Amino acid sequence: MDEETRAAVTGPGTTAAEAGPAAQEISEVFRGSAGESPALKRSGAAGAAKPASTVRGIQRAAVPAFVAGQELADLAEHDQRIVVLTADLAGAGRTSDFAARHPARFFNMGVAEQNMITVAAGLASAGLRPYLSTFAAYAALLGCEQIRTDLAYTGMPVRILAHHSGMSLGYYGTSHHSLEDLSVMRAIAGLTVVCAADASQLRAILRASLSLAGPLYIRMGRGRDPEVYPEVPAAFQFGRAARLAEGSDLTLITTGSQVRPCLDAAARLGADGIGVRVVDMHTISPIDESEVVAAATQTAAVMTVEEHNVTGGLGSAVAETLLEAGAAVRFRRAGVPDEHVILGPPAALYAHYELDADGIAARARRFLAP
Amino acid sequence: MDTEARNGSALPARGTPERAQLTGLLSAKAKLVRRETVRLSRIAGAGHYTGTFSAAELFAALYYAQLRYRPADPGWPDRDRFVLSKGHAAIGLYPVLADVGFFDPAPLDNYTRLGSMFGDHPDMRKIPGIDFSSGSLGHGLSTALGMALAARVQGRSYRTYCLLGDGELAEGQVWEAAMAAGHFRAGSLIAIVDRNQLSIDGPTESIMGVEPLDEKFRSFRWQVRRIDGHDLDAILDAFSGLSDAPDGPPQMIIADTVKGRGVQRMELGAGWHVGNLVGADYDDVMAEIEGGLRPVAAGGSDG
Repeated sequence: MDEETRAAVTGPGTTAAEAGPAAQEISEVFRGSAGESPALKRSGAAGAAKPASTVRGIQRAAVPAFVAGQELADLAEHDQRIVVLTADLAGAGRTSDFAARHPARFFNMGVAEQNMITVAAGLASAGLRPYLSTFAAYAALLGCEQIRTDLAYTGMPVRILAHHSGMSLGYYGTSHHSLEDLSVMRAIAGLTVVCAADASQLRAILRASLSLAGPLYIRMGRGRDPEVYPEVPAAFQFGRAARLAEGSDLTLITTGSQVRPCLDAAARLGADGIGVRVVDMHTISPIDESEVVAAATQTAAVMTVEEHNVTGGLGSAVAETLLEAGAAVRFRRAGVPDEHVILGPPAALYAHYELDADGIAARARRFLAP
Repeated sequence: MDTEARNGSALPARGTPERAQLTGLLSAKAKLVRRETVRLSRIAGAGHYTGTFSAAELFAALYYAQLRYRPADPGWPDRDRFVLSKGHAAIGLYPVLADVGFFDPAPLDNYTRLGSMFGDHPDMRKIPGIDFSSGSLGHGLSTALGMALAARVQGRSYRTYCLLGDGELAEGQVWEAAMAAGHFRAGSLIAIVDRNQLSIDGPTESIMGVEPLDEKFRSFRWQVRRIDGHDLDAILDAFSGLSDAPDGPPQMIIADTVKGRGVQRMELGAGWHVGNLVGADYDDVMAEIEGGLRPVAAGGSDG
């Protein structure tokens, strides 16, 4: 990644105006996906918000990019095992907040992701709990073999914060996209794979990770994802999906960045008399099979929605579960088609691939049409 | 054997009767490594003989003279770590771990059979004394660096040793780790390259040249020594000369070795990277190993 690109993604505090029109476009994704986000409503107009407490109108406390380092730093006050590593992305992943409070337990490994993952394995073997943070594309795809061989095969309790997943880096292009990581990661035995929908859920994941055996892959979005959970969900458990809306005509099973737009799409469909259940399938592996089967037996149709290639990810995992359970239910996968996505800012890409609230609602209407 | 109290600075000086006694022990243990490699390979039907023979003296010196460990407590937090980055030499390490008391040697007779603890590459989840699983080349120096950094975080004084092959130096991750170790001044990290000149397809310098190795690691901010990796006195001297400064430069011992050393038909020939000795050949080789090291075969063999 060149320095210009790095600079454009590094500073969460960088304003759109400072970063130029391109960054302005990228920033659209957070509001574009947000729809009528309560967080947006609460904080009022973005322009009037105080820079110190909000990011583009979203409260800092509700912004995943800001909470990762701070939450880990808080946890590390009481857990001496926690160490944090990054690969020259301390700003973008906000692990810099951890480094400021625990400098002796922070390692910036430079632009060398494979080494970082295996170094974390060595740290873990000595009893530490490493959290490593970098772009999802380089954690899961470049570092795939290290994750399999050095973390999963050995059962090392290393936690990977894979941020900027999916196509959230927009016009940076396929080199920076991670639309295959769920497929690859869920095929690795002994690896828990989870997606964070927002800041509160990320906090819950990080807290729950303290007592999780084995390695963990945490898929994060662009880092400013709009609110889904107003508070840290106390009921969070790996492998136990959360039902966020109820309806009997359709179930949207979704994860990570697509939870918020699915909720917004469900609201629009509900206004037209279509009752939609929304399931946050945050844990992709092991998947919550009973919640999948419940959707098939209790609602009339099932559609999966993910910011991922339709091959191998959430949709495939749900399809496998449905078929093996003998479920006879109408089923559809929504995601990125099996292609390298066209160029564009994130918001434009989400609209183009019908992965914003309007697009998801349109897909659902076509799917349910007689 | 008091393996816990032993460390490099306590090694007897060259020329003393104690040193001669120690090198005599190590020479016998190097024979054990080679004999067991031949025996276990026959159980599997194939084995990595030659890359294990080149490391036989290094294994012996590490486990019978240098490393601090407690066989009855493999997870002792203050133990020295050993990462076998060239995991395919595990066949020579297992017998050593059994011999020093990490586990009963009897299960070795099931080497590589269905459900065995012991495969061609070592599994830390199954084998007491294996500090980290290996097999995928190029990973071990990173693992060892992680262990060394953990000692810094936890305020422990153990050292981490890593044995690398020379063929695996073509893996990019080795140099990521080398760069990071130099950057972090991981002085408690000691790497040894088993520089046996050969990778699977032929001489490293014709497949993928790694020299000048000394200069490469020095430029990555390592302290570098180069020794004869079959000369036990030279190995012990190198161990004695290691710095105890945990914030100094990481320390490299380039051990010039001979692939297949100790069995003349295998010395200098690339053809024995994986092989299988049976019948009279098996008996001949066992007898040759028992006779100890002779001058390296002239010209070698293509196996």
